This record gives sequence, C-alpha cells and structure tokens, in this order.
Amino acid sequence: METHTLIALMEDKPGVLHRVASLFRRRNYNIESLTVGHSETPNVSRMTIVLNGDDRVVQQVVKQLSKLINVIQVLDVSDQPAVSRELALIKVTAGPGTRTEIIELASVFRARVVDVGANSLTVELTGPQSRVNSMIGLLHPYGIEELARTGRVAMVRAGNGNALL
Amino acid sequence: MMKLTGAQVVWESLVREGVETIFGITGGAVIHLYHTLPEYPIHHVLMRHEQAAAHAADGYARATGKVGVCIATSGPGATNLVTGLATAYMDSSPVVAITGQVPTLVIGTDAFQEVDITGITHPITKHNYLVTDVQELPTIIREAFYIARTGRPGPVLIDIAKDVQAAEVDYVYPDEVSLPGYLLPGTPSPSQLQQAAQMINEAERPLIIAGHGVILAAAEDALLELVEKGNIPIVTTLLGIGALSEAHPFCLGMAGMHGEAYTNLALSQADLIVSLGSRFDDRLTGQVDQFARQAQIIHVDLDPVEIDKTVPADLAVLGDLKEILPALTPLVEERAHSKWMKRIREWRSDSAKRDIVGQETDELIPQYVVRQIWEATQGEVVMVSDVGQNQMWEAQYFVHHRRRGLLSSGGLGTMGFALPAAIGAQTGCPDERVWVTVGDGGFQMNIQELATVVQEKLPIKIAILNNGYLGMVRQWQQLFFEGRYSGTPLLGPDFVRLAEAYGIPGITVREKSEVGPAVSQAVATDGPMLMDFHIVQEENVYPMVAPGASVSDMIRRPVATKK
Ligand SMILES: Cc1ncc(C[n+]2csc(CCOP(=O)(O)OP(=O)(O)O)c2C)c(N)n1
Ligand SMILES: [Mg+2]
Repeated sequence: METHTLIALMEDKPGVLHRVASLFRRRNYNIESLTVGHSETPNVSRMTIVLNGDDRVVQQVVKQLSKLINVIQVLDVSDQPAVSRELALIKVTAGPGTRTEIIELASVFRARVVDVGANSLTVELTGPQSRVNSMIGLLHPYGIEELARTGRVAMVRAGNGNALL
Repeated sequence: MMKLTGAQVVWESLVREGVETIFGITGGAVIHLYHTLPEYPIHHVLMRHEQAAAHAADGYARATGKVGVCIATSGPGATNLVTGLATAYMDSSPVVAITGQVPTLVIGTDAFQEVDITGITHPITKHNYLVTDVQELPTIIREAFYIARTGRPGPVLIDIAKDVQAAEVDYVYPDEVSLPGYLLPGTPSPSQLQQAAQMINEAERPLIIAGHGVILAAAEDALLELVEKGNIPIVTTLLGIGALSEAHPFCLGMAGMHGEAYTNLALSQADLIVSLGSRFDDRLTGQVDQFARQAQIIHVDLDPVEIDKTVPADLAVLGDLKEILPALTPLVEERAHSKWMKRIREWRSDSAKRDIVGQETDELIPQYVVRQIWEATQGEVVMVSDVGQNQMWEAQYFVHHRRRGLLSSGGLGTMGFALPAAIGAQTGCPDERVWVTVGDGGFQMNIQELATVVQEKLPIKIAILNNGYLGMVRQWQQLFFEGRYSGTPLLGPDFVRLAEAYGIPGITVREKSEVGPAVSQAVATDGPMLMDFHIVQEENVYPMVAPGASVSDMIRRPVATKK
C-alpha cells in the first residue's frame, strides 16, 4: 500500500462534494485527506485527494471518480514531480520558560507565529507534509492544545506535461 | 418563443424525447404536472405503488430499448421509487424518474413530505438533479435523457420543486448538451483489435461470455457473425440470455452459480475467455481466484470501471460492441476447434443424462411447468421472471431464442420485479405476448399491480410456481444451514380467487397432467390469465456452485428416484 495523490477538476455544482464523498465511502476507499477549492477556471473546483491503496485500487478510484458526470478530469500525480503543500495551525502551550524555545523551533521550520496568548502560541506552517509532521512531533512535548491541518494540495511542476484540461 | 409553465416544460420536452408512455402515481408535489398532463399525447399508466412504477419503466426500457419514464410525488412517493431505481441501476437500464419536491422556499426545513431524494439516490442513479429554477428545467431534461440512454445506460432522477412546476419560462429546448465531464469511450485502436484477434486466433479452447452489454448495444447480429466465423462456443450471464439464440449449437446457455455443469466446466477449461459486455459478477465467477484459471482474458466493455474491477484482464478493449464486433470479426480466422467442441459436447450429453425433466416422475415439478410453457408458446414470448428458484428454473428450462426475450432483475435480484416489469414490457410492446414466471413470495410483493393489469387491459399471462416457501432461501437452509427452515415457510392466499376478485381469470393446477391444458388455455386466452401451479415444495435448483466454492465443487442434481 502506497500513498497516492490525485487531482480532480469538477464542475462547481450543488451536490458534487456529496457525490465524491459518498463514492469514497460506498466503495470503501481509504482516504487520507481531501481538499477542495476554486481553480483558475470559473465554476470549476479543484480537489486534491490523498489516499492509500495499491495500484489496482487507485486505478479504480480514478475511474470511478471520472465516471461521475460532474467530474471533468482526474489525474494521478503520484509519480510526477509535483509541488505538494499542507498548511497547519498549531496552538501550543508556551509558558515563560518555553516561549523562546518554541519561537526558535518555529523559525527553524520557517513557520510563523500568528497569535500569542498568555500561556500559548499559535504557529502557522506551510510545507510538505513530512515537514509539517516533524514539526508537530517536536512541538508535542510542550503540549499541543489545538491542531488544524488543511490536508494536501498539489500541483505538477512546470514542464512535466500532463497539465490538466 | 413559447411561454410555458414548468409543468408544461416537462411534458413538452418528454414529447420531444419521443416519450409516449409514463408510469406513476400522483400526489401533492406533482399536482401541477398531472394537471397539465392531459394536454399532451402521453399515456399515463396509473400504478398501485411507486416501486412498481419504477419497475414498469425499467421493464418498458428493457423490452423496447427506449428510455422508460416514471413519476412520483415527494417524500414517500419518491422513497418508494428507490428499490426500482436501484434495480435499474444495477442492470444498466435507461430510466428517467421524475419526482416532485416541496417548494423551494421550504426545502431543508423538514416540510411535509420532504425527503432528500437526490441525496438518497446518488449511489443508485447514473446522475440526478434537483431543480429549483425553472430556467434550468429544459436543459436538465435534455441532459437527463441523453445521460440515461447513451454510453452505459442507467437511471437518472429529476427532482422538481413544486413552485418550479408552476413558474413560467420562455421555452427553448436545447439541441446540444454540454457535459464536459461526461465522456463516451471512443473507438478502440486497430492495434488493440489486432491483438484481440491474434489472441483469439492462437487460442485452442476459446470461449465467449456474452453479457447484458451485447443486448444493450443491440450487437446480437454482430455477435452471431463472430461466433460463426471463429467457431467459438459461448456462455451467457443471466442478463446475457438472448444475446445469441439458445437454440444455436454454439450457445451453451447461462453459466455461473446455477449454470449447467458443462457451462462452468467450459469456463474452467478454456484457454481464452472473451468477455463481451459482462462485468464478471460473483454469481458468474464464484470464487474469483479460482475463476477460469487456465484462461487469458479479453475484456470488452463500454465502461472503463469494469476493467480489472474483479477479474484482471490480459487485454482490455474499450468501446461500443456494435462497432467493435464488426471490426473484430474480419480479423478472426476460421478455426474448427474440433477437439474443444468435442469435449464440450461430451460434457453436455453427460449433463443431459441428469436432466430431471427427462426423468419419469408423476410429480408436478417446476421444470416441467417451464418446459410446457416453452413448448406451448414455442418460445415466442417475452418472459419476465421474478427472483429466486423460479427465476433459475425459467432460465434453465426455457429455451430463449429471441432478442430481449427474457427480462429479469439480475444485479439487484429484486423480488416483486416481474409483474410490474411485465406491465411496462406489455405497454411498450402491445403486439408481444408477455408472460410472467414468479414465485409465491415475490408475487405477493407487488400483487397489487393486478389492478393495473386490469385497468390497462393488458393480456399478461402469469405463472406462479407456488412452492409454499421462500424457496431459494429454503434451499440454502437445506444445503448449508442444517435444514433449519427459519422464516421461509410461506402461506399464500388462494391466488385464483384473488385474481378473480380483480377480474382476471385463473386456474389452480395441482396435477402434472393438468399443466399442459392450463398452459394451452392461457395461450388461447385473449386477456390476462393467472395460473397457480402447486409444485413440489422442496424441489431444488441444480446444479449449484456454492457461494465461495469453485466449479469443481459443484453440487450436482441428485439422480431422481423413480416413483
Ligand atoms: C425484495 C427482496 N427481499 C428478499 C430477497 C431475498 N430472497 C431471495 S430469493 C427469496 C425467496 C423467493 O421466494 P419466492 O418468491 O416464493 O420464489 P421461489 O424461490 O420459491 O421460487 C428471497 C426471500 C430478495 N431477493 N428480494
Ligand atoms: Mg416460493
């Protein structure tokens, strides 16, 4: 089982998200994350799906998704050079003794402190998933009070063909 | 430009789509639609249950090849359609369902008879629409019919808010549809066809599996040409019955769980399987990793999703069988396959020796009933079978030689399908003789439609194979669950008196000697007729490949003891 990243373009119509979600649930696909937002084309949404499965399962996901009438195109970009990013907001316990340490740690990860409270700091980090994971790992001992992750978005690097549409 | 109300838009557009008949039941959320219906040349068949309306539309579609249309009100009317839509979806039947929805303003408020029918039917329709703006209605109807009938057909539901039906619009029916996400497969490349032909030409023991796709593509002629040119034997799925006449010497009949032994032996011994419009359902394959282990597989289908879904293909050919087969056949060499054919003939005659119909028995066995119907009608009927043992006996003992000569719920296995589907078939094909074979259980699931048969004056002949059990489940209990008949003994009414109450003549048959005369009487009757055959109660369907077993563990028909 490997992790695959799919990009799907779909018409921005009511119910599309439900169709996609319902497909994943019904066919028992193991989805790790799913993000959706506007694309460069009006009325076309772009979804990034990260899922686990062997090639045969992923092939099925691609085909089943493509079969939905509102889904315009699906691309498996797992084997292509792609930029893939995730954003995380992490609220971490920060008393007088640990505050500087955490800020230093954040700067090593090129994360930004976006909110400072009496006993906590909120850090924003954008980066490849591995970097997000390791930063979360390092912040853990301080006490993570709240964590919000967007899931991955991905884009194939320029000059590698297979652009969408 | 015409100014029409939403309700008029619906009927005007349906007329333009060529719709002549619809099946439905009215209600508050479709009252506008029904109000304007008499202004249009559309015949409305009033059903007695919305499930039956959906089956009727499905049966109409299967019998005619045209899109079947059903209509229901919001809430319970819409939810009653669900089983029928799922049935049509599983069997790729082109159906358009129209439902009324509560007014736009109150959608989402749990208004009276509000139900999220588009949400409910996402996984059981090819596509669906909720219409809250009358401007969109013409385009949506155009798209719905286009989607239902093109590519791999399927049901499409249009849920129309009540206020939309009353609102006015300048009516333009679009000529073109714009569906950027709806791609129909193109034609396969010549090299793909070459490769397929080469595999066929090199095979020593080739076998074709013909599925429903052959019939949906109307590719029966093209299939016959391929079979006869290449001398390739063929088995069918349940829904593929009729793709090639079962009287053809190369047609071995239905394979799978209740296929004749030689069909499954052929599958297990073939060195090449050419699957045409079949999706390798588990009722065909049994244990997938045991399936056709000696064979390379060419999988021809319209729907990319079916490729490698259950059985991996050595070669996939995507596209419309009606184009593919005529392109493929010229590349296929004439080969006799005489050794292979000889082996199949041997298996076949061995099976025939065990054929229970050939045995002397005075008992009223269902196989005999089916044979009698076949002989009396010479097979010139549209058979509509229900689900259970009756369905399998019909499939096994009726020799189907006609196109679209058998309609049955294969994928979903919906009890109660037969009678309403027959109503749809008979309405769509008034000149055909339509027969129903049904169990005593399934018949009671849509028995109310006898009233529709009478109201519509449909000459449908109904043969109940009455065994006093939910027989197929009883068979499983007998074979695999210690013979504990839990929840399967079944009391029925006096079906003949019931039919008479509806105004349909009927006859109860308890003796084998009465079967022939009863069937002949039905053949000679102009209107509808019901035959209640009290068959041997604990007869089983053989042979049987137990679920999860492989062909070699097939349960054969015990040799009947003479009485
Ligand atoms: C709607 C529905 N409910 C339950 C089943 C499960 N089921 C399959 S066959 C069968 C028995 C059918 O009994 P009957 O209609 O009398 O036919 P028989 O098998 O006796 O010929 C049942 C209950 C089903 N297929 N469909
Ligand atoms: Mg029964």
